[in-house]
Amino acid sequence: MVAMKVLLRNPRREVDVPGPLQVSTLLQRLEVNRESVLVIRGDTIVPSDTWLADSDDIEIRPVISGGAFDVASPVR
Amino acid sequence: MKCRVCREPAIIDIRRHNANFCSEHFLRLCRDQTAKAIHDFDMLHPDERVLVAVSGGKDSLAVWDILLDLGYEADGLYLGLGIGEYSDESGRYARAYAASRGRTLIEIDLPTDYGYDIPSGARAAKRVPCSACGLSKRHLFDRAAIDGGYDVVVTGHNLDDEAAVLFGNVLRWQTDYLGRQLPVLPARHGFPRKVKPLVRLGEREMAAYCVVKGIDYIVEECPMAAGNKHLGYKDALNSVEVTSPGSKHDFYFGFLARASALFRPEAEGEQAGLAPCISCGAPTTSEECAFCRLVERAGGQLPAGMGPVPVEIGARFGSGAGRGEAVS
Repeated sequence: MVAMKVLLRNPRREVDVPGPLQVSTLLQRLEVNRESVLVIRGDTIVPSDTWLADSDDIEIRPVISGGAFDVASPVR
Repeated sequence: MKCRVCREPAIIDIRRHNANFCSEHFLRLCRDQTAKAIHDFDMLHPDERVLVAVSGGKDSLAVWDILLDLGYEADGLYLGLGIGEYSDESGRYARAYAASRGRTLIEIDLPTDYGYDIPSGARAAKRVPCSACGLSKRHLFDRAAIDGGYDVVVTGHNLDDEAAVLFGNVLRWQTDYLGRQLPVLPARHGFPRKVKPLVRLGEREMAAYCVVKGIDYIVEECPMAAGNKHLGYKDALNSVEVTSPGSKHDFYFGFLARASALFRPEAEGEQAGLAPCISCGAPTTSEECAFCRLVERAGGQLPAGMGPVPVEIGARFGSGAGRGEAVS
């Protein structure tokens, strides 16, 4: 079966998802919050209404960093 | 989807602005929002020497890039944390970016220069890794700025970072922290000024900025940060944001406009008890500062020749004007 390759991270893994479908549908299907990722096709960011095809290589890149230190913590 | 400005195909939708942008106008948006934050909060001035705290991640590389494009004289400071391959890779991205723009990147390596790394230091000091990391960064960024004669330290904290920190502080009503949670921390008591020019931009926008500009950054999450509270707060806020776009912005900027001032007297009161650390001279409320205690417990050491830094407590920092005689 032909399906688009979708790269996910943290942990890094690849899943096959049959197309065609829109970016917003892909994120819903994978239960990913759209606020916490970018969807990249090839080298290009694609918005939520973009249609994706079976031949596409897709990366769902997380944008959330957990290591932001607080510059204002009290002096001890 | 069409770009709000030029009607060409959009690459990104930003729901809190109810707008979509093409590459060109998205980059302009990022520059304009950064310039607005700098202006509105009086963060930077054109003739100042700026030191950007660079991690190799998207936010710090993006803010460095935007400041250079806006014409600021900005150097970078990279702190090697000794977190295995993650630190090695982060350093490579920071160096590659500095080289691509022909800018100075100051490097401090915790294992080499201070004899400890974050994983072992955190265990020895009985702190969680993110606490030991934050403490080390705050101290060493301040020190590097003072030693290097920089006027201001820039960090890549974005709207999501600030909203998440605020959320955590409100959950526990940490009023002293709330009094200090500002986009600008003025220079005082031996500390350099610290500013956050990305507070008007979200985390997703900063990742998109790097992708569009072709800036390579470390995408993988720090292995020490997995499961930390900060990530949990961001998840919670994004769950709200997805159904109510603009919530994070309203939460943070509403706090600054309507509540922040209420907490400042408590935070300012704490500054009154500062005195120089007996080991390194940094301002502290204890005899020896928390950083020097961390180094000691972790079995590390201050670099040879490092003694109390010449800081005059209470004097304004800036271009050496705030320096006085060493107090030890």
